[in-house]
Amino acid sequence: MKHSYKYLAAVAATTVVVLAGCGSAPGASDLDQLTAKIAQASFRDQGQATVDRLVQDEADRACSAADVAGQPIDEKVAKAIEEANFKAIKWPADGKFLGDWKEGEKIAQSGRGMTWSDKAGSENGGNCYNCHQISKQEISYGTLGPSLYHYGKLRGVSDPNAPEAKAIVEYTWGKIWNAKAYNACSAMPRAGHKGILTEQQVKHIMALLLDPNSPVNQ
Amino acid sequence: MKRWALTLVTILLGSTALAQKSASDGIAEYRALLAEGNPAELFEAKGEDLWKQKRGPRNASLEQCDLGKGPGVVKGAFVELPRYFSDTGRVQDLESRLLTCMETLQGFNAAEIAKTPFGKGEQANIEGLVAWISAESRGMKFNLPQEHAQEKAMYEVGKRLFYMRGGSHDFACATCHGEDGKRIRLQDLPNLSKNPGAGAGFGSWPAYRVSSGELWGMQRRLNDCYRQQRFPYPGYGSDATIALGVYMGVNGKGAESIAPALKR
Repeated sequence: MKHSYKYLAAVAATTVVVLAGCGSAPGASDLDQLTAKIAQASFRDQGQATVDRLVQDEADRACSAADVAGQPIDEKVAKAIEEANFKAIKWPADGKFLGDWKEGEKIAQSGRGMTWSDKAGSENGGNCYNCHQISKQEISYGTLGPSLYHYGKLRGVSDPNAPEAKAIVEYTWGKIWNAKAYNACSAMPRAGHKGILTEQQVKHIMALLLDPNSPVNQ
Repeated sequence: MKRWALTLVTILLGSTALAQKSASDGIAEYRALLAEGNPAELFEAKGEDLWKQKRGPRNASLEQCDLGKGPGVVKGAFVELPRYFSDTGRVQDLESRLLTCMETLQGFNAAEIAKTPFGKGEQANIEGLVAWISAESRGMKFNLPQEHAQEKAMYEVGKRLFYMRGGSHDFACATCHGEDGKRIRLQDLPNLSKNPGAGAGFGSWPAYRVSSGELWGMQRRLNDCYRQQRFPYPGYGSDATIALGVYMGVNGKGAESIAPALKR
């Protein structure tokens, strides 16, 4: 931290330079630059949460910029992000999409994993209930995402292996694996793409949502 | 402490049975029960003593510390922080400013204190100090200055950090705190991009946290936000945390300060 204290002085100096360099008020790109410098100087590695997490991919960069501007993201940019993320989806190697809904419920309940206080390499949770209603039994759910109660039932999935269920099963897999494949600036974490959940865990979540025997579809 | 925790459990369990909408009512009820006996008062008393006590290598008190309204002026200082300080040439929040005063007046090593874990050593003393200093502005309205170029720039940087998506989960502050009326599990989320959320959210820290029995300043609150956001570790008093303070505080302009508040 002696280190970072020295940084602070450097940043203060940077602020002055950036501000002085452009006459009157700093422009948006000066402020973007200043923000990047301040972020770089302010954060350090702790456990598995290393500073490389500050490096944004195109989706995070473009969506953050749109949010700052208070404007929706450019349609063409959005489409390109969605295409790139769709291409990156890994489909189940054995062609089986559904695991065990009981395991899925446990994963949906767990908010653990990937913070600097979590042990690196320990099993991550899906954080699903933090944002979604899922089964009727769990009343402690968040509202950042839409309700997923009756997810399969509402979409007419009575047999997830039937050909008529194929489209919705694949979409659900893709959405969990990489939500930005369908909505460039989705707030939902890219569970498979970012290595939060394993392929097996995604299968269990799939079963929680789509298995007719899951409490979600009762 | 044990008794409070038990009351909380009772109320939460009671409200759980009544379904989620009344959970926040239950918490509000619990807060009302404790309103007259917020344990933050104990920290306030400690903080006032620490402010006046001669301490540190120079055996000096903090009574000549300038929190933005002149040396020794405490009343009203909290609701105008973070702000620009000409002696350090930077925008500072309450905690980073206290570090400056502890170093220049008392001879403490600010860098050492900055790397001390929360709740330990001089960090524990800062908890008392921020509790008392914020309490001295209780009931006053947030009115952060935005005159100096660095104050304006820090607002803009804070805004960019607020919307900065990244990390393993692509989360930004705004993912949870950018919309009205949202919850994470049963916890209501203030929209920190505007009032009333910004005033209510920014304006209730420092706060006594019942769940841990600790007094958390804004630095610790932001530190734990970033932990849950799966971001790397923000330095204590780092410019990123101060910029976010400016952003939230300016957005909360006009809101009444209730700090140190009582939190779950």
